Amino acid sequence: MSDQEYILEMRGITKIYPNGFVANKDVNLAVREGEIHALVGENGAGKSTLMKVLFGVESHEEGEIRLKGQAVKITDPICAIDMGIGMVHQHFMLVPSLTVAENIVLGREPKRYKTLLHMEKAVKDTEELCEKYNLKVDARARIDSLPVGQKQKVEILKALYRRAKVLILDEPTAVLTPQETEELFVELKRMREAGHTIIFISHKLNEVKELCDRVTVLRLGRTVGTADLKGLSEQAISRMMVGRDVILKIEKKKASPDQEILSVRDLSLNSNDGRPIIRNVNFSVRSGEILGVAGVEGNGQRELSELITGLRPFSRGKILIEGKSIEKKTVKEIRRMGVSHISEDRMTYGVAAGMGIWENVISDRFDHPKYCKRGFLQGDAIDRLTKRLIEEFHIKCDDGNQPVRMLSGGNMQKVVAAREFSLAPRLSIVNQPTRGIDVGATEFVRNKIVELRDGGTAVLLISADLNEILELSDSLIVMHGGKIVAYLPDSSQVTEEELGEYMLGIRQQNPEEIRRACHECETN
Amino acid sequence: MNVWDIIFTTEFGYMIFRVTTPILFTALGAMISRRAGIMNISLEGLMLVGALFGVIGSAYSQSVVAGVLSAVAASLVMSLLFAYFVLKLKSDLILTGIALNLMASGGTVFLLSVLCGDKGVSTSMNSLVVPAVELPLIRHIPVLGPILSGHNLLTYAALLCVALVYLLINKSPLGLRIRSVGENPSAAESVGISVVKTRFTALVFTGILSGLGGAYMSMGYVSWFARDMAAGRGYMALAAQNLGNATPIGTFLSSFLFGIADAMSSSLQVLSVPAEFIQMLPYVTTIIGLILFAVNRKRKSAKARMKL
Repeated sequence: MSDQEYILEMRGITKIYPNGFVANKDVNLAVREGEIHALVGENGAGKSTLMKVLFGVESHEEGEIRLKGQAVKITDPICAIDMGIGMVHQHFMLVPSLTVAENIVLGREPKRYKTLLHMEKAVKDTEELCEKYNLKVDARARIDSLPVGQKQKVEILKALYRRAKVLILDEPTAVLTPQETEELFVELKRMREAGHTIIFISHKLNEVKELCDRVTVLRLGRTVGTADLKGLSEQAISRMMVGRDVILKIEKKKASPDQEILSVRDLSLNSNDGRPIIRNVNFSVRSGEILGVAGVEGNGQRELSELITGLRPFSRGKILIEGKSIEKKTVKEIRRMGVSHISEDRMTYGVAAGMGIWENVISDRFDHPKYCKRGFLQGDAIDRLTKRLIEEFHIKCDDGNQPVRMLSGGNMQKVVAAREFSLAPRLSIVNQPTRGIDVGATEFVRNKIVELRDGGTAVLLISADLNEILELSDSLIVMHGGKIVAYLPDSSQVTEEELGEYMLGIRQQNPEEIRRACHECETN
Repeated sequence: MNVWDIIFTTEFGYMIFRVTTPILFTALGAMISRRAGIMNISLEGLMLVGALFGVIGSAYSQSVVAGVLSAVAASLVMSLLFAYFVLKLKSDLILTGIALNLMASGGTVFLLSVLCGDKGVSTSMNSLVVPAVELPLIRHIPVLGPILSGHNLLTYAALLCVALVYLLINKSPLGLRIRSVGENPSAAESVGISVVKTRFTALVFTGILSGLGGAYMSMGYVSWFARDMAAGRGYMALAAQNLGNATPIGTFLSSFLFGIADAMSSSLQVLSVPAEFIQMLPYVTTIIGLILFAVNRKRKSAKARMKL
């Protein structure tokens, strides 16, 4: 195939972040003019990084970008826009109090009398653009009065107003309702007919199959391959996306689950703008078992952990811990019921980065009589605790006074684990416990989780890392679109292909099978 | 004499315009900063420097125009200094503002003592004032005439500035950019608008307007410079733009509210109420204004949440 056929080529792109993380390694992407090209891959596969490189947000270490057969240097987004590349970000770049037309012309305003803004022309240009691509948006409406789907159209119009020929859409359907998604697809197909080239980033294989012409799959920062979507099954794409390279083996005995600790019944949650995030979820976690929650990120897992730990008030359904409801209880009260929590957001909920290790480890027990008498902190007792935890959790540090900020990511996570695991919790909610930390610390934290389980704690493990979820959990639930789509009672019997199909929504168990996640219901 | 006899007079009406002028100038400047996303508390200092340099400039050049221009220039330099610290060196907004205000307070007294040998007032300097103008036709209208006519030229300039700032913010490309930078800097950045440059430009306007406010203090309101003569008007201006919801018209109206309070504090001193209590009025108004604003905003956001 000759070079001329490709409007855009990225050859051998390597991107290494300053912290040493290799986000893209020798990645190739070739897009033909006038096609909708899907870019798929798991979380952290490097899709967003690749697009940031293309749009000039991030620089790349190696490789070249060719536009219409010519090598180009894209140093910043303005440069990309000038070359006819437009991007619709996942988080909209709009000014809420301005009108649609104002947002669209922002930065390239039409003028009247050389000084004033030519509002009528801005509106007219916007309406012409809407007309041309059949995008229905009211040019005079304020952005903050529009629903999400309309805002997205404004973003697309913004790129078109800047004469984008190549349009990048970063998971555009993640925020849309099914109706809005359908509308978007019609519009994108019309844009393809008008000669635009579209790069469509998504996890949703059915959408990719419906909309796109060709697909490029990334896995762990590398290109797996590019394929024509005609005749390619969703299963085949899923196999390309999901796959394990390095396997960290964890030694563990078979679980011996005992009584039910956490019961989640009919739990539902809507977002502020009324979209369902969690839909009628039922499951149990028993003491002495690790229940894994698998799923592509953004399918309700984060919210689920926030609900159980009391960080987010809940609306419908029940959450019981050892039979007692946690409704209207504060985070502290829930913790007193024996719940511990490793948050996926380590810097916000995990540690106080500017404070010392000792301050971080006593932050959940500083008012306990052992550490606080007559309103004064007991230095000796705290010192002993800190020393013991540093030793027990192999935290590499100068001493207990060292600010947590100075520690490596792995050691920071060990500080969190030391606090959360040392009070022998009844239930532990563990969300992405090893994200972004080194192999040694990862193994250590995983072993600690198994240790915790063997001590009789019920563990709910949420992780986007397939290795972790398959290695660590005893049984699994899979979430997709806010629902539990599968319950897999024995993780060791699950293949990654099977898991991948559930995660991407290709397969779903019947309600009977899913109901097995709820042990109380089983016995009743 | 009772309160109403003082308030319902044309003199009092005239007084309101007179005392509103400096607050209005500066509040418009504050509003432009705010729209660009900068809570600017250095206004007090800008006014003070402007006031001193108006006196110095007019005294040495014996030209009113040169006096006003030097007031504006001095305030502008201060504002650019603020911009340099905050935008280039990324220093803290509030601390930088406090530092500049303290510097202005001490620096103006120092300069005053060097130039006049007096640490209190500049009366030994032969400085000029901006002339007052009688409005043709309007001056003959009963009641309204004496209130609206015969003001300092700068008072009319302040009213004109309301219109100009309205055009700038709501009708010009620059205004659109200022608003976008203040509201969602990353959105502005994504379409190639430089956030730093736009904020710099906004602070130029703030400097000019505060300088005019300062010039009026020493070249119109009174005809000399006195130490710390801004007397909190910079902060009142900040409160006024806040109360006015950072819109030109809102800022205009709330500046008048503060002007009324200020006018009362000077004219009610003839009453048997302790003068100190009356002098407190503008500041109490400031606090009440801020509370009202906060309550209103809370109610609004509660309403917005209910809608969801």
